[in-house]
Amino acid sequence: MKENDNVISVKGLTKRFGDFTAVDNISFDVKRGEIFGFLGANGAGKTTAMRMLCGLSYPTSGDGYVAGCDINRQADEIKRHIGYMSQKFSLYGNLSLEENLKLFATIYGMTDEEIKASSKKLFEELEMDSMRDTLVKDIPVGWKQKLAFATATIHRPEVVFLDEPTGGVDPATRRKFWELIYKAASEGMTIFVTTHYLDEAEYCNRVSIMVDGKISALASPEVLKEKYHVETMDEVFRIVAKDAIRGE
Amino acid sequence: MAIFQSLIKKEALHVVRDTRTMVITLLMPLVLLLLFGFAISTEVNNIKLLAVVERHNDATRDILERLRVNDYFTFMGLSAASEVERVLRSGEADAALFLKDDNGEIKSQIIVDASNASAAQAITGYIRGVITGATTFDPIINHTLYNPQMKSSYNFVPGIMGMIFILICAIITSVSIVREKERGTMDLLLVSPVRPVTIMLGKLVPYFMLSCIILAAMLTISYTVLGLPMSGNVFDVIAISLIYIVLSLSIGLLVSTVVDTQLTALIVSAVAFMLPVIMLSGMIFPIDNMPVILQWVSCIIPARWYTEAMRKLMIEQLDISAVMKEIVILVMMTVILLVAAVKKFNSGK
Repeated sequence: MKENDNVISVKGLTKRFGDFTAVDNISFDVKRGEIFGFLGANGAGKTTAMRMLCGLSYPTSGDGYVAGCDINRQADEIKRHIGYMSQKFSLYGNLSLEENLKLFATIYGMTDEEIKASSKKLFEELEMDSMRDTLVKDIPVGWKQKLAFATATIHRPEVVFLDEPTGGVDPATRRKFWELIYKAASEGMTIFVTTHYLDEAEYCNRVSIMVDGKISALASPEVLKEKYHVETMDEVFRIVAKDAIRGE
Repeated sequence: MAIFQSLIKKEALHVVRDTRTMVITLLMPLVLLLLFGFAISTEVNNIKLLAVVERHNDATRDILERLRVNDYFTFMGLSAASEVERVLRSGEADAALFLKDDNGEIKSQIIVDASNASAAQAITGYIRGVITGATTFDPIINHTLYNPQMKSSYNFVPGIMGMIFILICAIITSVSIVREKERGTMDLLLVSPVRPVTIMLGKLVPYFMLSCIILAAMLTISYTVLGLPMSGNVFDVIAISLIYIVLSLSIGLLVSTVVDTQLTALIVSAVAFMLPVIMLSGMIFPIDNMPVILQWVSCIIPARWYTEAMRKLMIEQLDISAVMKEIVILVMMTVILLVAAVKKFNSGK
């Protein structure tokens, strides 16, 4: 079943809560090393879909494989192969930067030596070496964001799920953050990212747009723009999502 | 195991670095204990007492002398019967005692200002006690077991302990878990390979340890400052307290699985658990005095059984075999709550 170059492969994925179909029969593949943008208005079903891919909930019907593991049967196995960064850049505020990094590295089964080596490297790369003993609650949001990304990727997962990783951050910081994402992708990690900023969608290799639980468009930004004869992803999104019933 | 340790370390650091919570958590039990032990008491002191004696004899003189030297009373001297009503009304006296020698037998009457009913009850009791001590005529001989001086601290310590652990374990644990939900760190743990059971234990164990520290501090104060009699069953007291701590932690866990914000967690814990504990555990109001329905309700309140067990062990100095019923009930409640909490915690998928 597992195809070598598809890290995520989903067929007919559906999730119902009572009468409400949050995710309605979606199918897609994500290739290894790809930056895959997962767009959609609030309430379109992005988060529900992502939770199933992360092994946090089971689909009502449909099949899917993430990093070679069956999402219906190997939810716990999936968790070993993925990284996750939440939209709130969640970290423990009363722990220092280093303590946070170490905590999550330990949770993902890294040994003390591995942690030491990779955290040293990470702090140097992120230019945060002088702040490693500062409590997370005392650092600016941009730094928190970088650290949250670092903790999500320190164990070199096959796929990283980024849930609106740039919310509430200024454009300059967002740009820098995308450099981190590109770097991680160039090292072979697959990036699965949801975002509200449609300019960011242009940075993705391919994007999917979810409308009312279904995937309404899926292609590279260039192909989508050509298809709808527009200049930006923002316009593409507006055309694709104009018939949405759910959402704001 | 390394994961478990790092989770516990994380929680411990969080507790220790959150100075405000830490101070409240450690100081509150001690303040409450001292407050209820000393300041708030159901004893009535400085009772202003008037006496009216129709005909003196040795016995009446003896009674008056005893009242005069008694610490609870401020004896205001003898008065005429016609004066009594005015003095009581004006509040210059709290009670008046009428004594009459009826052919060698003492007849007595107590008139008491009952604008505060429970104080009036206490006052009557004290006066009766004095009369009983002085005369041989009264066929009833009072003998107060376990707490002869009726110290209220004896009464309150078990109740306070029952309350504190609900407060610390249930409220603080539920708030700390829900805080992780709010901040999103719980999601990070859930998408990680850590097993849910480990996450839960990683939350509970630090608060269990904190509760043990508090238990040690409270017992030390009870046995030293408050002067509770120390006897061989201290280990029984500790053992039952540990069961109760686990029970309270389960409550906290259950609350945290049901609610989504820290504020709700606080309100649910406070309203659903604190108030019943104070009102219905028998800590302040005796359960036997309640309407039957409330007596039934009190049966599902864990603090009731804990407080009862603590009374028997700490005050009556009974053996552990006397509290088997309470132990069984507490253990059963713990199991039910834990199972419910774990089920609810896992039902999210």
